[in-house]
Amino acid sequence: MSRLITEDPFVPPGPGDFNLPPIGGDFGTFHLFGQEWVLGVTKPMLQVVLAGILVFAVFYLASRKRAMVPGKFQYIGEQGYGFVRNSLGRDIIGSHDFQRFVPYLFALFFFVLFNNFMASIPFLQFPTFSRSGMVYSLAIMSWVVYNLVGIRKHGFAGYFKLQSVPSGVGGPILLLLIPLEFMSNILVRPVTLALRLFANMFAGHLLLILFALGGEYILVHQPIGYAPVGILAWLMFIAVAILEVLIQFLQAYVFVLLNAMYIQGALADEH
Amino acid sequence: MDGNLNMIGYGLAAIGPGIGIGLIFAAYISGVARQPEAQGRLQSIAILGFALAEALAIIGIALAFVL
Repeated sequence: MSRLITEDPFVPPGPGDFNLPPIGGDFGTFHLFGQEWVLGVTKPMLQVVLAGILVFAVFYLASRKRAMVPGKFQYIGEQGYGFVRNSLGRDIIGSHDFQRFVPYLFALFFFVLFNNFMASIPFLQFPTFSRSGMVYSLAIMSWVVYNLVGIRKHGFAGYFKLQSVPSGVGGPILLLLIPLEFMSNILVRPVTLALRLFANMFAGHLLLILFALGGEYILVHQPIGYAPVGILAWLMFIAVAILEVLIQFLQAYVFVLLNAMYIQGALADEH
Repeated sequence: MDGNLNMIGYGLAAIGPGIGIGLIFAAYISGVARQPEAQGRLQSIAILGFALAEALAIIGIALAFVL
């Protein structure tokens, strides 16, 4: 009676669930770097473009009137701009030269935020940055930005000295510290920056798939006595979905915060 | 029952960053409780510490899938 039915086993969701098929079929495949690549346009590609258009449209419309007494929409736009400008720009980079980085940080924050929120918007419901390639390109961009900023300010040799020689340390311990600091400040930073955003979006979405599919499996394919467990799984789904919205915001914030901190570190004077 | 030992390893590896993140936010909360006006400065420091501790968990999840 209460025996598990085993003819129809549960297939747990895995990384394969993120390989969405190209919309409208593919245009063929080719081989590169020992992998098979599919030509076509997939959902995250469309979403990344949509997010770019949305960021532009929202803030263009919000800033179009520029009334002295802001309306609701303009107020939201100003709040968002003020948040990035003050808490990410001025407080981290410092009041001396944060102004020229505000447009970059502002666009980056809302681009990442809109892309993350797409995981929770009905009918889209796919986090763009759960595809690692999307995040790598963002991380390469921020790597180029903070390194260029530092090289411009300190010169090539001066910049690498700043990033890899810790101040106030002398003697043979430098032999150990210089490679370590170089690794952590130049080589590992873009990797952790990219993987942080990717892994959070990926794991969160995987968790949602697991609760949804597991609840459905218990409710549909198991004896009725197990139904409360399935309902519990769906309640957990709702709770995790709400938690995900918080994480999506937090990860966008952390991504831009770290960008600002890297820029600040590249601009810092030696002491 | 099939599965991958990597995932058990990742679960074990995630304990460390979990405790670390808990300690960071505990210190942040008690700092803000003692001195609410310092919240702005403490917040970015707390988030930075959180991001650094989380990096360990991220390296773990990457290795769990790669190895």
